[in-house]
Amino acid sequence: MESLSPAESALVRRIVADHQGRPGPLLEVLHAIQAALGFVPPAAVPVVAEALNLSRAEVHGVVTFYHFFRRTRAGAHIVSLCQAEACQSMGADALAAHVSKRLGVAFHETSVDGRFTLEPIYCLGNCACSPAAMIDGRLYGRVTAESFDALVAQHESAS
Amino acid sequence: MSTSVYVPKDAGALSLGAGEVAAEIVAEAGRRKLSVNLVRNGSRGAYWLEPMVEVETSAGRCAYGPVTVADVAGLFAADFLNGGAHPLAHGATDAMPWFANQQRLTFERVGIVDPTSVADYLRHGGYQGLSKALAMAPGEIVQAVTTAGLRGRGGAAFPTGIKWKTVMDQKAGQKYVTCNADEGDSGTFADRMLMEGDPLTLIEGMTIAGIAVGATQGYIYLRAEYPHAYAALNTAIAAAKQAQYLGANVAGSGRRFELEVRLGAGAYICGEETSMLESLEGRRGEVRVRPPLPAIKGLFGQPTVVNNVVTLCSVTWILAHGAQAYAGFGMGKSRGTLPIQLAGNIKRGGLVERAFGLTLRELLYDYGGGSASGRPIRTVQVGGPLGAYVPPAHFDTAVDYEALTAVGALLGHGGIVVFDDSVDMARMARYAMEFCAIESCGKCTPCRIGSTRAVEVLDRILAGVDGERNVQLLEELCETMVQGSLCGLGGMAPFPVQSALKHFREDFRARRVS
Repeated sequence: MESLSPAESALVRRIVADHQGRPGPLLEVLHAIQAALGFVPPAAVPVVAEALNLSRAEVHGVVTFYHFFRRTRAGAHIVSLCQAEACQSMGADALAAHVSKRLGVAFHETSVDGRFTLEPIYCLGNCACSPAAMIDGRLYGRVTAESFDALVAQHESAS
Repeated sequence: MSTSVYVPKDAGALSLGAGEVAAEIVAEAGRRKLSVNLVRNGSRGAYWLEPMVEVETSAGRCAYGPVTVADVAGLFAADFLNGGAHPLAHGATDAMPWFANQQRLTFERVGIVDPTSVADYLRHGGYQGLSKALAMAPGEIVQAVTTAGLRGRGGAAFPTGIKWKTVMDQKAGQKYVTCNADEGDSGTFADRMLMEGDPLTLIEGMTIAGIAVGATQGYIYLRAEYPHAYAALNTAIAAAKQAQYLGANVAGSGRRFELEVRLGAGAYICGEETSMLESLEGRRGEVRVRPPLPAIKGLFGQPTVVNNVVTLCSVTWILAHGAQAYAGFGMGKSRGTLPIQLAGNIKRGGLVERAFGLTLRELLYDYGGGSASGRPIRTVQVGGPLGAYVPPAHFDTAVDYEALTAVGALLGHGGIVVFDDSVDMARMARYAMEFCAIESCGKCTPCRIGSTRAVEVLDRILAGVDGERNVQLLEELCETMVQGSLCGLGGMAPFPVQSALKHFREDFRARRVS
């Protein structure tokens, strides 16, 4: 397990301190850690557990229960494709095949060069504008293979 | 004089470029030295026209859409600020048949008001419900909700008044009002539209609930997939606090009600109420065994109201306009209106709020205009991923809890996902079980193991291996899950599979090995 850098360690401790005293704070703490570091490092688990008076197993159990929390660093760009029924009815499968080929990754993978992480997501609530995708937190509707390629290029040049 | 121009800040509209259109309108107005007052409203729900721009004219609001950045200069040239003619013009928004034929009660302000402004909310009838509630005894508020016939809009359709009375009758130092905003069903977005487009109506509904049952703390459990709603809710809560509609002295009544938004983390199961409570407490979202009911022993072991977003927003309308007025809409035991969401392969998708009782066919063809692809509609899935696939033979069924149950379907949260004739129902059945396997909380065996085994059986069916025998096995497995699961996820995930087997059996037969 990679240990936390002194800066990361201080950050995690500060986040926990900020949330201490609030009822049921664990999810809030994990959200704050992921927002700051991009993921929840396994080395943060014992720090959080001790500060919140929980067992490591309890914290690990929560981190792994929720799809949203990631335990490894993501690629520079995170692409989430909605795979639920409404998007399927509008060709989400074919779009996913295109995206996977275009980015060179399968679902749940990060490209070797670290540029892209591809993830399935089960409903972005944009079901009247299917198929939907989220790239780096921005929502897109009625996505086609062509519009996807343009969007990816746009996100890459923006960073 | 400055003309008001409305460009939605709704996530769906933004996903189609509304942000860029808004910026271009401001820029073009500047180039033409014209003064516009840009309002970022919610979506009015006609998603096929998004980004839909509206202009406040002497004849009321006029709609243009779908507008792209490239259209903006042309709109100015056509004098759209005065409702000028243009190929994208739809005339007065309220006169458009799609809107004129709706009965918007819960959604009366969505897309109309500036969601960040308490003053605008008040101008449009906001906080009238709370003001009436504060003059009533708690029992009278609960009675109003009961008289209105309001049933939970999250899917379970349990009478809201009965739930509230149970919480009201508990003696406890601390009670809670929680809002289930974990709208995870594919094909649904009514909660999201309300939270983004008119968040103060939800805040008011929760405050009324708190006053009625004696709860001083509220939590909105919001799914992490809704970042725009998160921002909109927090902005509105801050504004309501500032205006003293939240806090230690709600609207000068001396009553306290505090409200906080908590984010989920991508777990569909957390839409199940006991799982949601576990998650709010910071734990794995594993379903609790009932009893005790959350109304008796809920969040942190205290009596807790758990209601869906649409339910709580309906409460606001009911208190403002009267229980009888609400009960006057609807049919049978389904009183009031339902915000129905038309989604998937549909030409005119979006939000249609109507009294219970209109048929699926009216929704699909009169409002929806048929499929987006132009091919025949083969089936619709009503009520999310745990809802049945309904064949065209049942399209004349009324949107009503009991009528849909009678044809083996369910209404759920009111989402309708449309599929054309290219759909492979055996694949959709496999997806239903795959989704259940991904999202199962793992607490009970029928759901955790059953869904995984069902995917394997369906893979064999899809591969053309021992078709008849495997279909029979699948049917038995579905029955086990329905009977043996702890909650609705495992207990209802078989519904789409069983309905696909019943109505589209040909898709499971004679599959060629590819």
